[in-house]
Amino acid sequence: MRKIMLLLAFLVPGMAMAAGGNVHLDKAPVDLTDKASMQRGAKIFMNYCLGCHSMQYQRYQRTFTDLGIPDEIGQENLQFTGEKVTDYITRSMPEESAATWFGAAPPDLTLVNRVRGSDWIYTYLRSFYVDESRPFGVNNLVFKDVGMPHVLQPLQGTPRLAHEEVMIDGEQKEQYAGIKTDGDGALTPEEYDQAIADLVNFLAYSGEPFRLQSESIGKWVLAFIVVLFIFVYLLKKEYWKEVH
Amino acid sequence: MSNVSVDAKDSALNAPQQDNTRRRFLTVATSVVGAVGVAGAAVPFVTSWNPSAKAKAAGADIEVDISAIEPGQLIRVMWRSKPVWIVRRTPEVLEELATHEDQLRDPNSEAEQQPAFAQNRYRSMKDEYLILVGICTHLGCSPQYQKDGAFEEAVEGVPNGFFCPCHGSKFDMAGRVFQGVPAPLNLVVPPYQYVNDTTVIIGSEAEAV
Amino acid sequence: MNAFLNWIEQRIPMMRVANMHAIQYPAPRNMNFWYVFGFLATIVLVNQIVTGIWLTMNFNPTSEGAFFSVEYIMREVDFGWIIRYMHSTGASAFFIVVYAHMFRGMIYGSYQKPRELLWVFGMFIYLALMAEAFMGYVLPWGQMSYWGAQVIVSLFGAIPVIGPDLVIWIQGDYVISGATLNRFFALHVIALPLVIVILVFLHIIALHEVGSNNPDGVAIKHKKGSLPESEKTKYQIHEYYTSKYDIADDVVPFFPHIVLKDLVAFSVFLFVFCYIMFFAPEMGGKFLEHPNFEIANPLKTPEHIFPVWYFTPFYAILKAVPNKLMGVLAMFGAIAVLFALPWVDRGRVKSWRYRCGLHKVNLLVFAVVFVFLGYLGGTPQENWKIIASQVATVLYFGFFVALFLYSKNENTKPVPARIPK
Repeated sequence: MRKIMLLLAFLVPGMAMAAGGNVHLDKAPVDLTDKASMQRGAKIFMNYCLGCHSMQYQRYQRTFTDLGIPDEIGQENLQFTGEKVTDYITRSMPEESAATWFGAAPPDLTLVNRVRGSDWIYTYLRSFYVDESRPFGVNNLVFKDVGMPHVLQPLQGTPRLAHEEVMIDGEQKEQYAGIKTDGDGALTPEEYDQAIADLVNFLAYSGEPFRLQSESIGKWVLAFIVVLFIFVYLLKKEYWKEVH
Repeated sequence: MSNVSVDAKDSALNAPQQDNTRRRFLTVATSVVGAVGVAGAAVPFVTSWNPSAKAKAAGADIEVDISAIEPGQLIRVMWRSKPVWIVRRTPEVLEELATHEDQLRDPNSEAEQQPAFAQNRYRSMKDEYLILVGICTHLGCSPQYQKDGAFEEAVEGVPNGFFCPCHGSKFDMAGRVFQGVPAPLNLVVPPYQYVNDTTVIIGSEAEAV
Repeated sequence: MNAFLNWIEQRIPMMRVANMHAIQYPAPRNMNFWYVFGFLATIVLVNQIVTGIWLTMNFNPTSEGAFFSVEYIMREVDFGWIIRYMHSTGASAFFIVVYAHMFRGMIYGSYQKPRELLWVFGMFIYLALMAEAFMGYVLPWGQMSYWGAQVIVSLFGAIPVIGPDLVIWIQGDYVISGATLNRFFALHVIALPLVIVILVFLHIIALHEVGSNNPDGVAIKHKKGSLPESEKTKYQIHEYYTSKYDIADDVVPFFPHIVLKDLVAFSVFLFVFCYIMFFAPEMGGKFLEHPNFEIANPLKTPEHIFPVWYFTPFYAILKAVPNKLMGVLAMFGAIAVLFALPWVDRGRVKSWRYRCGLHKVNLLVFAVVFVFLGYLGGTPQENWKIIASQVATVLYFGFFVALFLYSKNENTKPVPARIPK
């Protein structure tokens, strides 16, 4: 026990596997009880991500049920591939062309939240900026030289690295001041952050669709174990009182 | 023997000169709680043997277009990995059903082998189309469709029927079992419903309005 | 009913064996909480076997289907996620209780005469468990499964002359592949569990032959006829023990006393286990590593590869030595030297309660070094860590050298003849 506690005290960024790893990550506001947010996230996923990324371990029907969407409404609004509601959420793009277009096949996103963590995804999708040297014209602060185009640009607007003039030690200097858009996106910066939060929330759900069920069962199990402990402890005392 | 005080039989449980009421109560209570725990822990293991989401998806309702079936023809479709037959019966075949009812085990389909709408002589919703699960009620082989007199070899005077090659069970053109064969029950009629005149959904019945 | 039971008993001695080993077995009454981990290890073993059987029902041991089938179990089989998390949490829990169990043996001298073979059987269990855990970790076929297997199998390549061919033979291919997965699956689900169960059986038989040690390291079995009637135990102890020895008034029967004590510990353990299982099954990436949620990709190595936490102390020793063959030797040596512990320790006094101060310091330093090595082996390489892991490796082996030297003529405290009241 002591050993594992110590090990855990030294918990390290296992997340550091993405490029860099030293970028500050913003905290993603994940809330798996917020079905409305996950529904909006699912809509963004189906519209913007599913073209290239699949969610192949998850079925439409399970997703609709868990998110509180009736099958018919889900099929009408979220299912564009003409598959059955019981099918897995797969992309239509063939594997080989995906690899040729992007250098590597876009990864499946069912479990991306468990691989990268929600903070990473939340920050990553808000960290694209214009970089003409890249094939798709964009680069990313979190994932340097990423092979993915900024598909959410119509929502965010054109993002640019902003610099501002500041006085440091009496000298006029250029300093990095975050990412600013040209204001040509469909959403305001706040709305865009919210949209990404919704999407991350949905991906957090897809990584572990039984998370809430697990915790609600878990509470009962722990309560039961406390009861078991009390009885076993009293019985043990009863038998051992004559020994000591 | 090195034991001084205790009776050999219940020594392990009952030490001497103790007030046993509390001990007995706690033993029973702990055992009950423990048994509840074991039962609870068994739940996931037992329920995991239910059909998985994959099996359920594969066992979902299927839609069949029946417009192209010719009179007398049988088509097979898969439903829950089982063969389902759809036979388009001619008027002659339908008439024939009334002639041999004295040779059947359960001519009125009293055993619950069919949805309520099919508990009739034709064992179907529309007389013309017979829909059956094509699995013998004896040991699960799939019987053969014998038509236009071929079935006479099995039952004299009945030109059409189903004959099971495994153990010789015989069924008529409503899936009713003949007497004197191993199969105990009529063939199963699956739940189904018509969406329109030419499309049938196998797997569920129309909900009562 | 009684007649029926007698009928059976005359043909197979079920009650006699139960009485001898599980009911009327004499256990020292001063066994403290350190003594629950053997019982807990047995419980975890049962958990691993039962959940393992259930996982096998839906697992697909092919490189094409393994990853998918694990997600299938988690998402599509009713309560499959509970069974899978019981198994994955159980794997780590197994090592936690086994490490505690081993450390108990070290501080109370449970490996000393006459328990040398008991310790050796235990070490074989530990070895089989490591092989079992390693092969089990390959089965989900995620990135860590694949690359972890790659690194560990490559270790055998360090063996002179036959190394490279041996690696290919183990893999059954020129790389880690579906063939490797298949054979690891076979070994993981039947061969090694069988070995472990047999070894556990031998471990318990050996234990009951020599009797349980205790925190004072004082014998409870005395020469026949050496104890007056008043100092013998009042409890019913099986004839097997009482006919050979006088059993002192220092024991309790295994059932119900020890069983109840173990059950108290079990419910505490179960609480922690279920908390992790239901609320934090990844344990921050330690029990289930983040990159392992990505399917194995032979073209892309994860940026940092470590074995699962329970192997990291030995992995750190491997990395500390700047020579492949020597590193591998040091790593296997670190395990081998544990086997030799009963003969490295030349002391006559068992428990650290009655041994010299140096021994206590030595044991505590060893425990800290072991944990520190675990930390070093499980975190990304940095410059200071190279030196640190070399120092820690020296200290690890230093424990055994020091023990060998001071245990010959050690200043010990007098050991009481009977367990102190």
